[in-house]
Amino acid sequence: MPGAYEVVIGLEVHVELHTASKIFCSCPNKFGNAPNTNVCPVCLGLPGTLPVFNKKALELSLRAALALDCQVNPFSRFARKNYFYPDLPKAYQISQYEYPIAGIGSLDIFKDGELVRTVSIERLHLEEDAGKLLHDDANLSSYVDYNRCGVPLIEIVTAPDIRSSEEARLFLESLRRILLYTEISDCKMEEGSLRCDANISLRPPGTEALGNKVEIKNMNSFKAVQRGLDHEVVRQTKILDKGGRVSQGTRRWHEDKGLTSEMRSKEEEQDYRYFPEPDLPPVVVDDAMLKKIKNTLPELPVARYQRLMADYGLSAYQAEIITTERSLADFFEETLHHYSQPQKVANWLLGDVLKVINLDAKEIDDTLFTPIHLAELLDLIDGEQISGPTAKEILEECFKDGKMPAVIMEEKGLGQISDTDELAKVVAVVLEENQLAIKDYHEGNKKVITYLMGNVMKITGGKANPQLVTAMLKERLDK
Amino acid sequence: MTAYEAAQSLQRREVSSQQLVKAVYERIEAVEPAVRGFITVLEQEKALAAASRADELLEKGQAPSPLTGIPMALKDNLCTSGIPTTCASRMLSDYRPPYDAFVAAKLQAAGTVLVGKTNMDEFAMGSSTENSAFHITLNPWDGERVPGGSSGGSAAVVAAGEAFFALGSDTGGSIRQPASLCGVVGLKPTYGNVSRYGLIAFASSLDQIGPLTRDVRDAALVLDIIAGHDARDSTSVPREKEHYADYLGKEVKGFKVALPVECFGEGLEKEIKDVVMQAVGKCAGLGVQMTEASVPSTKYALPAYYLVAPAEASSNLARYDGVQYGLSVRDEENLLSLYWSTRKQGFGAEVKRRIMLGTYALSSGYYDAYYLKALKMRTLIREEFVKLFKDHDFIVTPTSPTVAFKIGEQKDDPLTMYLNDIYTVTANLAGFPAISIPCGFVEGMPVGLQVIGRPFDEGRMLQFCYCLEDLLGIKGRLATIDIKEGK
Ligand SMILES: [Zn+2]
Repeated sequence: MPGAYEVVIGLEVHVELHTASKIFCSCPNKFGNAPNTNVCPVCLGLPGTLPVFNKKALELSLRAALALDCQVNPFSRFARKNYFYPDLPKAYQISQYEYPIAGIGSLDIFKDGELVRTVSIERLHLEEDAGKLLHDDANLSSYVDYNRCGVPLIEIVTAPDIRSSEEARLFLESLRRILLYTEISDCKMEEGSLRCDANISLRPPGTEALGNKVEIKNMNSFKAVQRGLDHEVVRQTKILDKGGRVSQGTRRWHEDKGLTSEMRSKEEEQDYRYFPEPDLPPVVVDDAMLKKIKNTLPELPVARYQRLMADYGLSAYQAEIITTERSLADFFEETLHHYSQPQKVANWLLGDVLKVINLDAKEIDDTLFTPIHLAELLDLIDGEQISGPTAKEILEECFKDGKMPAVIMEEKGLGQISDTDELAKVVAVVLEENQLAIKDYHEGNKKVITYLMGNVMKITGGKANPQLVTAMLKERLDK
Repeated sequence: MTAYEAAQSLQRREVSSQQLVKAVYERIEAVEPAVRGFITVLEQEKALAAASRADELLEKGQAPSPLTGIPMALKDNLCTSGIPTTCASRMLSDYRPPYDAFVAAKLQAAGTVLVGKTNMDEFAMGSSTENSAFHITLNPWDGERVPGGSSGGSAAVVAAGEAFFALGSDTGGSIRQPASLCGVVGLKPTYGNVSRYGLIAFASSLDQIGPLTRDVRDAALVLDIIAGHDARDSTSVPREKEHYADYLGKEVKGFKVALPVECFGEGLEKEIKDVVMQAVGKCAGLGVQMTEASVPSTKYALPAYYLVAPAEASSNLARYDGVQYGLSVRDEENLLSLYWSTRKQGFGAEVKRRIMLGTYALSSGYYDAYYLKALKMRTLIREEFVKLFKDHDFIVTPTSPTVAFKIGEQKDDPLTMYLNDIYTVTANLAGFPAISIPCGFVEGMPVGLQVIGRPFDEGRMLQFCYCLEDLLGIKGRLATIDIKEGK
């Protein structure tokens, strides 16, 4: 029976740093170029070449360490991790081993605004990425693309603190949010700029000793992580229920089949023969440098989430969604520089604005719609110059060409009719043509007002001020 | 004739660089069969083209360095763009790097003229150049004997007059020992003084590039060209540019020299000791103070070296896997056999031996007992050196415990072969500069004397050696090659 065991999960997350150039050479750090175009003798590992550490990668790794409350080590150093694979041109990966750039840290994970757990981070270290193998199954050949070789990575290793697949996903979501806020990485799992392996074991509830653990690789989305772990819980539970032992090792997740299969057992684990990288001096980080980086850190998502609730009276749900992306939270607060009612801004942002953005799968930054647009739109509504439905129409227009709402309103003649004389004429016409409805009304069917309103709107092209029309209709009918 | 003397003639326009190059190629043609110091001799037209550019500059009085127009050679583990760079290994027998090593670029910019790439022990592992995958090199002083190694080709071509100077690399004595055995000057600079960019790595924390020359002045002139900071080598030390040649000719009175007892005892041939001590005795005439000293940790140097160097080598040489460049043996269609066959066929016995030794030393479970312990010994050695250098300017030792040995004599006895490095490895482990200069002969074979200095004190080290060389009166002697006996 699943759930009879306590689930123990630790994550190893690899994050590509958002630098202009690679970690040990000056090649561009770019995704999606033609194979083997972003390469040089250094990242190809040609004989005689030497690495030079990119200071920007150091800075970003320190930002990450500070954002995750990690203890930064004043002295760290690179080490070589030795193994043979065609995507690794030097046959060793420059990584960190004994002396990582940062140690113990933590990350709080929330669900529906409630703190679920504080997950300890064991270490954060810098390393270079490897290339990619491209398989041509038809010709039974493989090719190597070295573009990714030397892309800077940080590896974040958590303690085995996570207790469910859902918590694992929540951890990754909040980690991603932090890394996006701090502009450390673009965190695109589909492009491999964020990758996650998980260690999972089960144990009887109330026991301390860890069960045999299995490492799961090849989970390429947050959903895959949750599914992969769910599958593994079921698989291991079955084994334990039968009195068996889970065999330690590494397993691969197959997204299509929805199952894991063994890659290698513990006995086959490689000896990486780590030793200090002699080509690079130790990395020394002093207080002044840390202080400088600390000063450039933006407000982190959790702090902002709490502040948005406190300062603007947002609900946990609203604050949660608005802080998902830093750009959205920035947009929200910037709008409030031009417009004073936070609830209205939040409602519009979370409703119609996000709807339009999600259609294009964009971030709000990447659109032509600015906080000034939203503020002006809300002013037009407040001033009863446009109706709600018209506002939505104008909103969509803003996204198309970036024109200001008032301009669109003018150009398209979308302004709301609040002129009582003009409206009175229309109301008169409508009543004239609907004698039956008037009769119904007087017999007690008050709903006909809606019907009559519909007719007014039809004639005015939806621009009539609904409150005014309602009042006028009532006045005439009740006479 | 030394490089300096030739350069003087060039600058006075008594001779042209093209004439020098032609003379060197004639010499190569005449003696190379009896020396076999080169793996690649450049096409003469190419060298002449470079020489004519040098001549133009000399003619205009715009020579970029004091050695403009001088023909020289590079060890074949220094990358030269488009020119084969083989490390004397089957693994790289067809390899042409797409770029120039820092030192190659510097020498080119200085207007010197490359004539060839010199033979060496495969991947610089060895002390006799017998580990070259292509051919052995013969000692120009006696064709029955080895030139030393691993920069044996560089030492031999300089001694034989096939180049005015050459560069070598020194990981445990690979410049100084062959210099000693071939009767030339060989300088290993301070670790970090010369960029390693483009030197095909053997043991990264020990490797340094340095000159092999006919006298001390030439060594200073070459070092002036190749030393200095390079941003592409993170272990290269940024410091103010030195002018080593300016130190030459200055007085050395009052310099304090230590003679470590550990380097004059057991294992040193008596005749060598006598020659070295005689030379040392002459120093007294220079007003130099000589004192015996003890560096007890010296006894750990060789074991530490033979753990650290193979460990780093096992990692540095892992990239030769047949995937991207170099030898690629694809007899079976799977990855493991590609690795296996390529490395089996590509590497020679000594390289394999050291890769295995290094892999073992780094293995989990053995790391602490071997590699880590070796690092500790290394720290100890460095500390003892630092202490000794508090009251001394230099340490003087023999360079090698023997003169050049017979070809084949030690080939199958790696442990005896490793003892060749006994006096030289310490400087590499400590990262200190060291130089070997000829100090006499035993049975017609040259004997070298080693001077170790403080880090980045190459200037005064050269200053001292320049005086000593003058006193010994054997400078710049070309080897007496018996061309007819050449093999
Ligand atoms: Zn590159």
